[in-house]
Amino acid sequence: MLDLASTNGQISQEQSLENSPLAIRGLTVSYGQKPAVFSVDMTVEPGKMTAIIGPNGAGKSTMLKAALGIVPPVSGQIQVFGKPLDAQRARIAYVPQRASVDWDFPTRVIDVVLMGLYRELGLLGRLRGDHKAKAMDCLDRVGMGDFATRQIGQLSGGQQQRVFLARALAQGADLYLLDEPFAGVDAATEKAIIGVLKSLREAGKTVVVVHHDLATVADYFDNVFLINTRKVAEGTVAEAFTAETLQAAYGGRLATAQVDQLALALG
Amino acid sequence: MLIDALLLQLGYNATLVAIGATLLGISAGVTGTFLFLRKRALVSDAISHATLPGVCIAFLLMASFGGDGRNLIGLLLGSAASASVGLWCLNWLTRNTRLAEDAAIGSVLSVFFGFGIVLLTVIQTLGVGRQAGLEGFLLGSTAGMLWADAMVIAVGGAVTLLLILLIRRPMTLVAFDPEYAAARGLPVSKIDMAMMGLVMAVTVVGLKIVGLILIVALLIIPAVTARFWTERSDYVVLLAGLAGGLSAYIGAAMSASAPNLPTGPIIVLVSFALFLFSLLFAPNRGVLAAVLRHFRFQRRVHLRQGLLALAQGQPIYEKLTLRLLRNGGLVRADGVATDKGKARAAKALRDERRWAVVRSDQAHEAAAALYDGLRQIESVLTQDQITEIDRQIGGPKEVLA
Repeated sequence: MLDLASTNGQISQEQSLENSPLAIRGLTVSYGQKPAVFSVDMTVEPGKMTAIIGPNGAGKSTMLKAALGIVPPVSGQIQVFGKPLDAQRARIAYVPQRASVDWDFPTRVIDVVLMGLYRELGLLGRLRGDHKAKAMDCLDRVGMGDFATRQIGQLSGGQQQRVFLARALAQGADLYLLDEPFAGVDAATEKAIIGVLKSLREAGKTVVVVHHDLATVADYFDNVFLINTRKVAEGTVAEAFTAETLQAAYGGRLATAQVDQLALALG
Repeated sequence: MLIDALLLQLGYNATLVAIGATLLGISAGVTGTFLFLRKRALVSDAISHATLPGVCIAFLLMASFGGDGRNLIGLLLGSAASASVGLWCLNWLTRNTRLAEDAAIGSVLSVFFGFGIVLLTVIQTLGVGRQAGLEGFLLGSTAGMLWADAMVIAVGGAVTLLLILLIRRPMTLVAFDPEYAAARGLPVSKIDMAMMGLVMAVTVVGLKIVGLILIVALLIIPAVTARFWTERSDYVVLLAGLAGGLSAYIGAAMSASAPNLPTGPIIVLVSFALFLFSLLFAPNRGVLAAVLRHFRFQRRVHLRQGLLALAQGQPIYEKLTLRLLRNGGLVRADGVATDKGKARAAKALRDERRWAVVRSDQAHEAAAALYDGLRQIESVLTQDQITEIDRQIGGPKEVLA
């Protein structure tokens, strides 16, 4: 393992591209003629938790989806652990927004988690006991073990979110990308999710989260990536999450009092 | 007569039709389930209507080259070709224009079908090469079914089922969560195309029996029927195959048991009967179950509210509540609580407090999720857990019901 953390973002461009779990260069994504993300560079630091923040419609989720090849970019390059995205799919786990699926789909909690083992199972591989044990273990880690055989539609929003996280855990990836995992969830879920994410970081994994709650950024994350269609700031929380950068990203949408309060909280 | 038909005792043709229809029903039910799960059921209607021009053009080509215009393989290849063109148009319209899929389906379906009908009329006025029976592709015609026709259906259905076995996991993943599937590197649009290709294969193979107008019923109704009985997608697939096969078999037998009963439409009606039965009587998702559940729920709410009112000495005005309490021997005719009523009321109040503890404690989350204000706390917690909760609440050690 290379100790990159100590260099604190001062690494040369080339080196960072080689070693970054996710490096984005010149990414532009557009729905129709209006770019949602414009010429964005991002270099995710390994073994850290990074928050992508910005106002509504700033292109946070779009950037994540483009990084995963879910939406086609107009231009830009994506490198995952120094290689093209498609060569590294097995090392990435994605947790989509809860609202992106139909929760009346005929499937149980355990079946959703087993989808995370898709690569291990292959097209015709038999579902064995150890697969189920692994899925159960992932459910236990998010505190959902007791729900394994329930229909997914019976879960609360927060529980659904945790099932999605368990599915990502089952993949055993090195890079975790989560799209608004804390949106509209209960306090218990938020606690469970952040606990799991921190344990992933302790295990040397890299976590990138699209986040909307400015109040918790400093508590939860090491690094911040501020975006409003264009990149506004990138770096450690101390560097990139300041009154100036927030004002630049949010403009008039964030009350001055709010900015001051956050700046105060950050010290 | 029907018994004979069900036991395949009605002669060569009837037996051939029954076997062919059953195989078709199974593969259509299984294939259609994935379409249903992907919420693209109506696409199959566009595909099937788009087969007609192909059938006609293939007939014209084969007849003009001096062959037998009614060669089934030739006609089916033609229908597959024009269905592919229709599917391509549909995908192009949805992807490259602002047209929503339902509008695109409507356009493709009507234009292709209209064109097919024009060709059909032209063929009939031309009077070339024994065209009689070509219109049978609209609603299916099994009267002159040959051994070779049955073989086409058997082989086509078997190949379709094998392919589904092979790609069932990616298809399910894409149907449930296409974004996640894409993030894992699955070729989502290719998987969708493969699914449509399978639907097309079933449609083409089924033209002879149910015809292009009704094939959508065989693809979709079994899946919808199966959904009533299970909450697992793999079981939906299996049950849909069963429902499809069963309705096709019974339908074919019924149409053989009396003269002039059209096979395809009868199969569709039998499949509707299975659907109706499921809609009404399925244990969880059925209408009857929902109505019963509602009444039972209402009674439990009234009883519970009545007990809590008794425990807190509040007056009860609701007639249903009073009647339920009286019937249970919990209050006397004049509305005063009996000893049994008092005990139950105290227990109800105690349980409310216990639930409050359970719901505020993260350790009991799975149990708390079952809270509905009615459920007996003993049904979700062990006696030890309840004792522990009672210790937290304090007060009397045991409250007996």
